[in-house]
Amino acid sequence: MRPFSYTKARVIEDARQITADESAMAIAGGTNLLDLMKLQVETPHKLADINRIGFDEIKKTADGGLSIGALATNTATAVHPRVRSDYPVLARAILSGATQQLRNKATNGGNLCQRTRCFYFTNIDQPCNKREPGSGCGAIDGIAKLHAVLGASDQCIATYPGDMAVALSALDAQVHIATAGGSERTVPVRDFHCLPGDTPWRDNVLEDGEIITAITLPAPVGGTQIYRKVRERSSYAFALVSIAAIVEMKDGLFSRADLAFGGLAHKPWHDLRIAEALIGQPPTAQTFDKAADILLEIARGYGENDFKIPLARRTLHAVLEHAAEEAA
Amino acid sequence: MSDTISINGTQHSLPDDPRRSLLDFVRQDLGLTGTKKGCDHGQCGACTVIVNGIRINSCLTLAVMHDGDEVTTIEGLGTPEAPSELQKAFVAHDGFQCGYCTPGQICSATAMLQEIANNWPSDASESLEGEMNVTGEEIRERMSGNLCRCGAYANIVAAIRDVAEESA
Amino acid sequence: MTVHFKQDKPEQSNRLDGMKQGVLGKGVSRLEGLAKVTGTAPYAAEYPVEGCAEGVLVTSTITRGEVVGLDKDAVLAMPGVLAVIDDSRLTTRPAQGTANEAPKQGPKTISYWGQPIALVVAETFEQARDAAKHLTVKYREEEGAPVDPQAVETEEKDGTVRQGDLAHAMAEAAHSVDVTFTTRGHASAAMEPHAAIAEWDGDKLTVHASLQMLNYNISELADALGVEEDDVRLISRFVGGGFGSKLGISEEVVAAAIAAKDLARPVRVVMSRQQVFQCIMRRSETTQRLRLAADEDGKLTGFGHHAVVSNLPGEVFAEPVLQSSHFLYSGENRELMLEVARIHRMTAGSVRAPGEAVGMPALEGAMDVLAEKVGIDPVELRLKNIPEQDPEEGLPFSSNKLAECLKQGAEAFGWDSGPRKPRQHQDGEWWVGTGMASAARAHSISEARAKVTLKSDGTALVETDMTDIGTGTYTILAQIAGEMLGLEPNKVLVELGDTRHPRGSGSGGSWGAASTGSAVYVACKAIREDLAARVGVEETALELSQGKTSAGKSLIDLLGGEDIAREGHYEPGDIKDDYTAAGFGAFFAQVRVNRYTGETRVDRMLGAFGFGRVLNHKTARSQCLGGITWSIGVALTEALEFDPRDGHLVNCDLAEYHVPVNRDVPELDVLMVEERDAAASPIQAKGIGELGMCGGAAAIANAIYNASGARIFDYPMTPDHVLKAMPD
Repeated sequence: MRPFSYTKARVIEDARQITADESAMAIAGGTNLLDLMKLQVETPHKLADINRIGFDEIKKTADGGLSIGALATNTATAVHPRVRSDYPVLARAILSGATQQLRNKATNGGNLCQRTRCFYFTNIDQPCNKREPGSGCGAIDGIAKLHAVLGASDQCIATYPGDMAVALSALDAQVHIATAGGSERTVPVRDFHCLPGDTPWRDNVLEDGEIITAITLPAPVGGTQIYRKVRERSSYAFALVSIAAIVEMKDGLFSRADLAFGGLAHKPWHDLRIAEALIGQPPTAQTFDKAADILLEIARGYGENDFKIPLARRTLHAVLEHAAEEAA
Repeated sequence: MSDTISINGTQHSLPDDPRRSLLDFVRQDLGLTGTKKGCDHGQCGACTVIVNGIRINSCLTLAVMHDGDEVTTIEGLGTPEAPSELQKAFVAHDGFQCGYCTPGQICSATAMLQEIANNWPSDASESLEGEMNVTGEEIRERMSGNLCRCGAYANIVAAIRDVAEESA
Repeated sequence: MTVHFKQDKPEQSNRLDGMKQGVLGKGVSRLEGLAKVTGTAPYAAEYPVEGCAEGVLVTSTITRGEVVGLDKDAVLAMPGVLAVIDDSRLTTRPAQGTANEAPKQGPKTISYWGQPIALVVAETFEQARDAAKHLTVKYREEEGAPVDPQAVETEEKDGTVRQGDLAHAMAEAAHSVDVTFTTRGHASAAMEPHAAIAEWDGDKLTVHASLQMLNYNISELADALGVEEDDVRLISRFVGGGFGSKLGISEEVVAAAIAAKDLARPVRVVMSRQQVFQCIMRRSETTQRLRLAADEDGKLTGFGHHAVVSNLPGEVFAEPVLQSSHFLYSGENRELMLEVARIHRMTAGSVRAPGEAVGMPALEGAMDVLAEKVGIDPVELRLKNIPEQDPEEGLPFSSNKLAECLKQGAEAFGWDSGPRKPRQHQDGEWWVGTGMASAARAHSISEARAKVTLKSDGTALVETDMTDIGTGTYTILAQIAGEMLGLEPNKVLVELGDTRHPRGSGSGGSWGAASTGSAVYVACKAIREDLAARVGVEETALELSQGKTSAGKSLIDLLGGEDIAREGHYEPGDIKDDYTAAGFGAFFAQVRVNRYTGETRVDRMLGAFGFGRVLNHKTARSQCLGGITWSIGVALTEALEFDPRDGHLVNCDLAEYHVPVNRDVPELDVLMVEERDAAASPIQAKGIGELGMCGGAAAIANAIYNASGARIFDYPMTPDHVLKAMPD
């Protein structure tokens, strides 16, 4: 960990001011940032501690939805009565991630900004275009079991490792951002994370000095909500594949099918065409395959992670079959 | 805002170097070496302490971020002369072997039982709502953030169940 | 006074069962338990040492070559930095178990990615950690270092067995199996990272370190530093797990000692978790071909086991995959061969149960295939093939409880011995099935010394440099002494882990309890002789319990203000050569396999083991539970991943190297089968630290097949492997 100056921000303006500097970062829960600072993957010269600037409330919105403070912890969010009753897919996704100790400290804003677990990204003595633009990608032709099969580029095949954002994507949540100039902008969570393309160092759309203030959920969406995470241990492991699903059935046919996928790409994967293909169809293996065909249309493995393609298809079958049963 | 931190009820000044983790602060500066460093990256749980009633990994937080906080370490839960119920149960059930993960396991279990009492759900809970039960599967999931390489899990679960049932 | 006992014959007198205290074997709680649960037991890095500087190792970022320059000045200019040490005595690999001499030294020559090349010392840990990252190193790289074990020529190890004609037996067999299994590398991943605090007082060096075998480590350290053993004191009172990774001195011990001398102040060096992964020991990956030939009824006529493992050039250690295959089953036509591939990955060495940990899962997987071919119950197949004597050496077994373990285990588990077919039970998305496997682990015993003092106040003191790495040594030695001297264990103070004490056996190869326990036994027997003389009876007639003789005379009175001290020196003699000795057992598992995702969960598991006398029911059971837990890791989750280009260990932390978590481990049952193995040790005990993981992974693998129809030959059986093998 390099030396840095540490400042406690009292209000968001303090934080904005400090983090407008390219070499400064905001620290909230710190569970990901300090991990990376110890490895010198992150080397900020200044840290603004934003834990005491507020933005940790979970409250009802005017349209009956829920506003979740960026600085509320993952635990506070998952155990909130309204999250449990109205957005179970979100509670389930959060509870499937990390450990209780980490969720007790990790914040929602930080979780959205969680960086990849790619082995080459976290090892500063290996090439990585995300960490050091132009140094190459160690994972391509390296150890790539965890890596992306959708939307990767020849610059980077890393995945976004989180669970919470996958559920937020299925829920079509909005991310509220305080800009460096003092105004606010809102970005759908589905557009918050970036694909690597030629700018793999960019995880998401945040600019210097911008801070996430809240995430809003739409009015309760009902339906059968499932978060299914396939992993190598029964707990405390990152997803090989995960699916957040909000499903409704009417007269034996899908009437709603909002799905988002984790573990497959540099961002939670969402494809509107999947819902279109499912709605109005009966829950049969053929229907599930059609949805999987759309999901995996452009899928490409890198050897070690080839299995994710059939695994995603099979997990989708399991989730849709289960959801259709529950929703019927 | 105060610039001190309470550790097991005693006030201490915060360290000068902001890089010092809460873990290194209690171990190195205060000599409270019951809290263990197993990985320094939040991956093993050996450093688990209780901050304002909540269990966290002390390796992944800076000491300077905790002004005004109340921290309980294993030394604050009990002593060889006056051990806590969980500490006694871990001895009786042989809920450890080498003992290195043990303080973290016990701090974690102490807070975990409170989480269940608060009816916080876990990944293993059938329902997200209502009363949470102290089942084997619940304990196993909720304690999965504390690795034990000696493989004492079966006894750890037995020790925790014992205490949970006694106090129920 | 030292009493020497060399054991040439089985110890049939069975003295321990005749003692009157009645404490040996009981499930006494660990005597150091309260210290551990209250955080007051000090581990290596935790001793308060005035003025201690902090060192952090710098490791190589190339695979093979030379260090041609270090920019020391830039680092020395950083805040708090005291020194950059690149002394030629720095060790670059951990010493192998029982090496007794320095491991490879000379940090300028690099033979694997991640090898230590220097130590940066600063006033604080944070300063040292940052400075270590800033040290610029110039290399002369030697390209093309082989890192893939499949891509190099192999060397045949000594010990190949060719008996009869296996090829012919295979051709003639009514049933035969010819399968190849692979296993991946494993890490010990002990929870306490390797750590040392070194301090010099003139020419006298004291090091607090985390080590398993001080009796060897002291010579290794003295040799590395070029000093006399008499000038070195090693202390390891509490060791936060070893599992082979702390058998020999590791790089931080020598580095701390050199730095402390150079700086004339104490220096602490603690490896980061990543460094523990990358520069201590790996268990080698293996490729194993199993050939089994059987007659119509399943009786083995041929047995072949051929394994390829790897290690660095120059390392003698080769994962002893075939260790138990030599004697576990009959079959007159035999071929067993071990080969080593020389590659530039980190050092391969001992990780819990070297050999059987991976050999048995392959052998027992093949046995399951054979049982299916023959069409008999897999338990029955094993029972049919238990040899009368060692099938290669012709030696008698010291004792062999395999049959009892198989039978008692099957009964306790509720094993269904009826016809077996995959995919018979479904529970929602999950296929449910059962599997079993034998357990075997070669028994080792070694020379050991321990001093026992019966004090005038009626308490006893046991002193040896033996360690307790979580195995229960503190408690079982107190129980042995207590049993012999008629004392409750809490009246026996056990002092371990300090080279000022007599040399014990060290903890490794599951031999600690039987070896050092025997030294304590020998010392106590001599003390009893002295006491018997005072009472005026034969030693064999002396009955002691609760601090008194059977006539009611207290030890305190008998001692009359004197202490009686004896050093027991146990040495295994001809028993080592005259018998084949091993622990045996059986595993039974029920698993569920998700029919969509290939995820596997263990529902329940049972192990039945025969390992000689049980010294402490509670701690022995814990050792078994630990072994079974490791079996789950071998079967389902653990695999080291190496970069195919530079050979570096990629998943070098506890997030990505998956040791089992609590939720991976269901309720487990342990059955300890009664046994007294008189040829194993004077106390009739064998080891139990490793047996519990020698074959358990196969019970899980065989259950995966029975549940889902996926016959998998590659461990660990992660969802990708399961899905590939799962029939539609």
